[in-house]
Amino acid sequence: MTFKIDFLAWRKIAIIFSSIFLVLSIGSLLVKELNYGLDFTGGTLVELSYPEEANITNIRETLVDGGFNGAQVANFGSSREVLIKLPGTVSDSLGSEIVSLLSADNSDQAIDLRRIEYVGPQIGSELRDDGGTAMLIALAFMMLYIAFRFQSMFAGAAVVALVHDVIIVVGIFSLIQIEFDLTVLAALLAVIGYSLNDTIVVSDRIRENLRSAELDSTEEIINLSLNQTLGRTLITSLTTLLVLFSLYFLGGELIKNFALALIFGVVIGTYSSIYIAANALVIMGLNKDLLRVEEPENADDNPLP
Amino acid sequence: MKRYGLWRYLLILLILGLGIVYSLPNLYAPDPAVQISYTSSSQTADEFLAERVADIVKNEDFDIKIQLENDYVLVRTDTYQNQLKLKELLSSKLINDVVIALNLAPTTPKWLVDIGANPMKLGLDLRGGVHFLMQVDTETALRNRQDGTLQDLRIRFREENIRYNQASVEDDSSIFLKFNNFQAKEKAEEFIIDNYTQFNFPLTSNGENSIQLYLSEVEIDQIESDAIDQNLTTLRNRVNELGVSEPIVQRQGKKRIVVQLPGIQDTAAAKNILGKTATLEFHLEAQMDTPRSRKTSYPYRNGVGAPAFLQDSIILGGDQVATAQASFDENGLPQVNITLDGEGGSKMHRATRGNIGKRLGVLFVEQKTKTIYERDESGQQVPVQESYEVKEIISLATIRAALGTTFRITGLDSPSESSELALLLRAGALAAPMTFVEERTVGPSLGADNIKAGVFSMQLGLFLVLSFILFYYRVFGVAASLALTFNIVLLVAIMSTLSATLTLPGIAGIVLTVGMAVDANVLIFSRIREELNRGRAPLDAIDAGYNRAFLTIWDANVTTLIVAVILLSYGTGPVKGFAITLSIGIITSMFTAIMGTRAFVNLIYGSKKNLEGLSI
Repeated sequence: MTFKIDFLAWRKIAIIFSSIFLVLSIGSLLVKELNYGLDFTGGTLVELSYPEEANITNIRETLVDGGFNGAQVANFGSSREVLIKLPGTVSDSLGSEIVSLLSADNSDQAIDLRRIEYVGPQIGSELRDDGGTAMLIALAFMMLYIAFRFQSMFAGAAVVALVHDVIIVVGIFSLIQIEFDLTVLAALLAVIGYSLNDTIVVSDRIRENLRSAELDSTEEIINLSLNQTLGRTLITSLTTLLVLFSLYFLGGELIKNFALALIFGVVIGTYSSIYIAANALVIMGLNKDLLRVEEPENADDNPLP
Repeated sequence: MKRYGLWRYLLILLILGLGIVYSLPNLYAPDPAVQISYTSSSQTADEFLAERVADIVKNEDFDIKIQLENDYVLVRTDTYQNQLKLKELLSSKLINDVVIALNLAPTTPKWLVDIGANPMKLGLDLRGGVHFLMQVDTETALRNRQDGTLQDLRIRFREENIRYNQASVEDDSSIFLKFNNFQAKEKAEEFIIDNYTQFNFPLTSNGENSIQLYLSEVEIDQIESDAIDQNLTTLRNRVNELGVSEPIVQRQGKKRIVVQLPGIQDTAAAKNILGKTATLEFHLEAQMDTPRSRKTSYPYRNGVGAPAFLQDSIILGGDQVATAQASFDENGLPQVNITLDGEGGSKMHRATRGNIGKRLGVLFVEQKTKTIYERDESGQQVPVQESYEVKEIISLATIRAALGTTFRITGLDSPSESSELALLLRAGALAAPMTFVEERTVGPSLGADNIKAGVFSMQLGLFLVLSFILFYYRVFGVAASLALTFNIVLLVAIMSTLSATLTLPGIAGIVLTVGMAVDANVLIFSRIREELNRGRAPLDAIDAGYNRAFLTIWDANVTTLIVAVILLSYGTGPVKGFAITLSIGIITSMFTAIMGTRAFVNLIYGSKKNLEGLSI
């Protein structure tokens, strides 16, 4: 695949497009906030499997009669599976109480207990803090590594792209109110890794072309590099998306949101490494002279391990 | 074109061979099994126990295999239904002296076991079970310690003739002492400085004639870590009593303990035993002349009879019980036979010898928690778990002769109460009460579904990716496909040898690795195509492609690895499982995608001198 697309001509449109998305995401995060899962809110969750189609209304009534007023009842995956959530509760015995209450109500058929989860309030806030810390540390280390391997300008561009990706993925989760739990947080960190992967491949090519290409204008060099790496970027995104969709559709309910976060992340990460990271380099004023002072690092000199 | 030396091929073959051998055990599905071991740790499973088990199950018509392992008898069967049936049958026939646990027994062939190849461990989300996270309330341990010191101080002050008005443990766990006059205070201060090292010195004087004793930082740390250690030991004992194969009881962070019990379904019962802070205390009954400040009135546990006064000083506590066995007395009422350890025996002897004719009270002490609502800084009501103590008299019986190391406790309500009390006494008391701060239970059906879903999505993902690269890169696609497949084999082999735990997010990590590991090959192959387009000779193009892509691959993978390692150190539960497979996958993929494919490509094209083109 060879491409001759003038990416930088689309620069302004990309910036406007990204800005709109960023504003929407931040706005949604401020107004609607995230639909935090049990991991972060604390509370109790029970998943049950009925031998036949479960009657949600009945279950709700039974729970209200049993004193569980705030219980959210919904189907989970199929019409036989039921998910009952009590966010914010602080007693660790509610799960078993609900199971015995519903089993007694349904004594003619056996209900299969799929899972009970209880997360105490202090754990919820700790997990949230740890997650945030992990994210910041990951970003900091990335910056350091890139600044060490490339040059601080590349590090800046990569982090701009990463922050862009993370905000938009989280924004999408807030906009469509998909539950944000621990696995989604893990996915978000994987998105950082993935998006960075893309950005590095592009940056690597830009650096190489800056040193060797006969072209003088930084814009042209960046454009050439983007075109050279586009084939690889698309193929890798495609294979990753293939496995992610297979996870999304077949991996089961517990993996669904994880896969979804990564799907959004891969799409946005691919876009950002082409438009955002490269644009940031142009805006920050990257040029050949900046690299000349450094020790040249020609890939050909490095033998395989 | 660079030639690949023979040693490289041999190295690759060796690694692949090892990978295949060490991932093999995962292909053998484990048998549902029941394991039986003796309750007492001094008794190890023997032929006799195996014969007893064989005798019980001989009439069952399904597949059964009995094996005598190191410290337990293993009964393998074919289905989970039969496994439960076996457990019920054995539990009803073998009473009292054995622990019966459900187990998944590996079926790894002997030659694999001999070279140390074992299957991966499955996480609770794949095999079903309970995960608890418990927070240790170390405040109570500090308070208990101060209570003990206060008792000691009272006795010593009497011996030293130091007169005091008031002595109590305050809410902040400090000891408050008030004296009649300044001289007494000075004398007490001197005495404390000479004899006690655990306090913060200089002592805090609170008003004219009083002292407040705070524990020093060092002492607090020591008490807290002792409390956690004792709780860990106690929990391990209790878990063993519950009968769980491969349980995990581990400290996490400063004040928390993780307990994982694979295969346990009845969480309420498990929690009941694990979280119970019940223990016994032995007190003498208070006499008419016992001062009011040295005795307390307690109700009876069964609610019958008026509350009675016991002396505050403890003869001994449950921690000095060596063994305890539930049984029945001559009237068929439940009782617990207790044997004390040496020190406990002599304490009991000393205390009872001079008090024949008086009554000895057995106090049942239980820590419970309740939820109360407090206002935080912003004025919002927040729920807080508070622990409190319930003390009730089990029995109050006249001492007929000096007691020694063995005696029995009667006055229990039911056989289940006597066996629970015996279990708690045997397993030891918790040094500090614990609250359950996190609980995750996964039923066996969900576990099985998770495995199925994980494996299925992995197969489909692999199939899609392989078809795509075979179609897109042809001969080079074959190299990449082999590399991908071997990447999974190596990943599984490493997970197995490290005995890392595979979880559902872990499977997701493997699937994601499949998608991302292709990247290295895509980078190399795109580069080769580019070089070909520039008019380089095919073999030169291959060389240039591999060389130029290497640094890019290296940088890209190192950054992903950084993320994975951060996930590993900050993450808990699902995040960790994902991070483990992701990190291992990144490392193995570097090997297979670069060295592996290179060897394959060299093998195909390396010897052809006048190559016209490449199938890429």
